[in-house]
Amino acid sequence: MAEIVLTGLSTVYPNGVRAVDALDATIADGEFFALLGPSGCGKTTLLRTIAGLEPASAGTVSIGGRDVTGMEPGRRRVAMVFQDYALFPHMTVAENIAYPLRVRRAPKSQQREVAERTAGDLGLAGLLERRPGQLSGGQQQRVALARAMAMEADVLLLDEPLSNLDARLRLEARTFLKRLQRELGMTTVFVTHDQAEALALADRIAVMEAGQIRQVGSPRTVFQHPNSTFVANFIGSTPMNLLPGEVRSGTVQVAGAKLAEADLPDGTPLVVGIRPEYLHLGDDGIPGTVSIVENLGISSLVTLECADGTLVGVTVPEHEEPRVGARFGAAPHPGRLLLYGEDGNLMP
Amino acid sequence: MSAVVLRRIGYTVFMAVVLAFFAIPMLWLASAPFDSRPGVGLRWPDWTLDNVRSTFDHPYALGSLLNSLILCVLATAVTAVFATLAAYALSRTHIPGRDVLLYVLLLLSSVVTGTAAMVPIFIMMKQLGLINSYYGTALVMAAGMLPAAIFILKDFVDSVPRSYEESARVFGASPGQVLRHVVLPVARPGIATILVWSFVQAWGNFLLPFLLLRDVETQPGAVLLQTMRDEGGAANLTVIPVFSLLYSLPVIALYLFVSKRYGFRFHGGIKA
Repeated sequence: MAEIVLTGLSTVYPNGVRAVDALDATIADGEFFALLGPSGCGKTTLLRTIAGLEPASAGTVSIGGRDVTGMEPGRRRVAMVFQDYALFPHMTVAENIAYPLRVRRAPKSQQREVAERTAGDLGLAGLLERRPGQLSGGQQQRVALARAMAMEADVLLLDEPLSNLDARLRLEARTFLKRLQRELGMTTVFVTHDQAEALALADRIAVMEAGQIRQVGSPRTVFQHPNSTFVANFIGSTPMNLLPGEVRSGTVQVAGAKLAEADLPDGTPLVVGIRPEYLHLGDDGIPGTVSIVENLGISSLVTLECADGTLVGVTVPEHEEPRVGARFGAAPHPGRLLLYGEDGNLMP
Repeated sequence: MSAVVLRRIGYTVFMAVVLAFFAIPMLWLASAPFDSRPGVGLRWPDWTLDNVRSTFDHPYALGSLLNSLILCVLATAVTAVFATLAAYALSRTHIPGRDVLLYVLLLLSSVVTGTAAMVPIFIMMKQLGLINSYYGTALVMAAGMLPAAIFILKDFVDSVPRSYEESARVFGASPGQVLRHVVLPVARPGIATILVWSFVQAWGNFLLPFLLLRDVETQPGAVLLQTMRDEGGAANLTVIPVFSLLYSLPVIALYLFVSKRYGFRFHGGIKA
């Protein structure tokens, strides 16, 4: 019903910065879609271009089959929650929620009714007469969401929805947001720089760099098969090991250890990617000395230092932490090894 | 020990003198209007309301206060409306050389209505037939206040996050609705500041109305005050104290009203 299709979309700022660069993407109806990337990668600009707050320099945006590229933001049937929520400070919660109806000059009674119903759905029933300044961060966020829902738009855009909440509240809000999106079944695009947030919430993630999408896929795909070293580096709470390796007589070797068979010519330089979670300590594998043990709670991150100075991170379960200085090998779980070429792209 | 005592005594005396310097005119303003023989000195009044009566009987006194009010309301309204619109536009669009323009305007504003420009302004107003006109005088006063008002308000509007307006736009608000529903209410404390500031500036302005309003019927309080003399040319002390008191009341009332209503508070972008 409200599929978003971006074709050849570019957004260039007056100062010449290409924030979004010839980007193509299709976001399915009802999908929870994450735009993930480091700061300055153009993800917020892309969101604002979809909303119509930044004019597209080239390409088209279509929502639900309508070309909205040149359309005013208000006519795109797009609701947006801003990073700072942008709740109007001089209006009560009820007035804020009913604002999209006030703009359409809906009767006062209908405004009140929608505000009460939406507020009730989001657990804000007792707060209708308060001002935004008298609410907690989590309540403010829910008012912003309620206001976006009251608009009855086709698409919901969220700019860094969880970044203004403190750590504990963030987890709560994350669960709440995911349930809300599922219940509404609304096409939702959100921007985040936090890979854990993207993995937890999204149906699909687009990882962005320099105005372009590097990879699109389900959280599982992006986590397990990052298609480039950039994505590999970005996704995962403990960074993926990216180790220099080479091919010798049909096997991939890292720091002298044979790791896998490869049908590649001898001497091919490559980067071997393996997540610390997919390595285990033992007698085989990449040999090294335990140099650092970092406690992560339920597991520990062990850093092995190889003879040639390469550092390898390995995650071990609690109570199995090795002593610093002990010698171990780090062996990959079968099928978890990823090979990247010199250009940083995943080898087929 | 004695040095400390001496210093404290010196400090206290100094403070008392400073306090007296500012307090005596206020006390005079409170006592002289109700004294049967008001002078320029300060003394406990010999209570009477005769001065009030003679001031109310003065042919121009009350009329001049009304003139002041008309003039100030006009000048303040023009300043506030144009300063708000200009400040919003200048804050939200990027014109090359915008900041230089603002600084130059601010610099020139003291010239536009400054003493040096009085002769050209007088000639211009005379040719336009705007001598003795409230509208003409109010416009010149507003022109002089606008640059500073725009400068102050632009700074204020700059501090209002754009996401308020963008949010309203996404919900479908037209530019007019964005202005009425969001920008004006959010910028209200800033606009209130400009209203008070320009009203007080216009209320106390002497030179411009003195030159441009030649007819005593049209003169505002600030100008009339210096014509209040008796036959001998000495200051008319039966009328001046009461008139001064009446003259200062609107400003005090305005200040109290705005302070109560808006509290001159600062709406910053600091997360509470």
